[in-house]
Amino acid sequence: MNNKFRVFLKGIFDVSPLMIPVVPFGLIFGVLSIDIGFSPIETMGMSLIVFGGASQIVLLQLFSGGASSLVIISSVGAVNSRHLLYGAVVSEHLSDLKLVWKIVISYFLVDQAFARSNEYFKKNKDKDKYFHLFGGGITCWVIWQTTTFLGIVLGAFIPEKLGLSFAVPLTFLALLVNDFRKLINVIVIIISGLVATFGFNYVPYKAYVIVAGVTALVTAAILTKLVKTNE
Amino acid sequence: MSNWLLIIYCGLITFLTRFSMIALLKKEMFNDRIREILSFVPSAIFPAIIFPAIFLDNSGDFQLENNPKIMAAIIAMLIGIISQNIIATIISGLASYWFLIFML
Repeated sequence: MNNKFRVFLKGIFDVSPLMIPVVPFGLIFGVLSIDIGFSPIETMGMSLIVFGGASQIVLLQLFSGGASSLVIISSVGAVNSRHLLYGAVVSEHLSDLKLVWKIVISYFLVDQAFARSNEYFKKNKDKDKYFHLFGGGITCWVIWQTTTFLGIVLGAFIPEKLGLSFAVPLTFLALLVNDFRKLINVIVIIISGLVATFGFNYVPYKAYVIVAGVTALVTAAILTKLVKTNE
Repeated sequence: MSNWLLIIYCGLITFLTRFSMIALLKKEMFNDRIREILSFVPSAIFPAIIFPAIFLDNSGDFQLENNPKIMAAIIAMLIGIISQNIIATIISGLASYWFLIFML
């Protein structure tokens, strides 16, 4: 078997277990998007063009709250700023690639694919190793597009009484389960939540996500610094 | 701005956050300190979505009494901390929310 194809399959295999939580996430996105008033084509377009679960749900949340486009776009950027970290971490493994491949790989650089391929890159020096990230990324892509589509279809049958919009905070809560055990993270979480809740009505242009995020990140910087100076 | 233009701009900024470092980075641009701080981005941003969605009602007013979302979110958080499982967290939260609004 061709080596590139073997590495590609390995990427699919490694990322697959992480796809289970993506399923409810995609369904919730599809259902809510239709509920808020986006057309099925626009909803599918979001998943194809943005291809980032958390940021797409932030987009819906702010859009339904009447935020301006500029605030929505910068909030999406703020949510996705963690990808700067992913890109920085994997860039050393991709530095020899052609520009076209860098563009393709960037589109597929989502949380789950990054997590798995970063582990793989550390252990393998093979020149075709980027096919691992390609395989993992495509797996995420197929699951995300399929579940978005199913959500759009299901959305028509789900009664509003079920209060499915509550699934949004729950999904984000679920993404933080590993962080509740670390003290600095817990403090950062509480600060961000309080600033957003109290700033919701007072921060202009519904920019509370950005204001809360920046405040909490500065807090994280100060706290981690303090911990280091005391060590 | 039309919905499509909004979606395209959001896609563009998302792509740029992924592409910029892969395309431009010289290794020494990102020191350990910046990496460490960026690792806090989920903890810093996600609560800004979570808290208002639980504690505020649709018009943005505080809703602290008779609010089943608070109890359901606490149950989901506890299940999440114990199980470290994303699906278990979402399902336990939704199940307790439905129990509170339909059964009690």
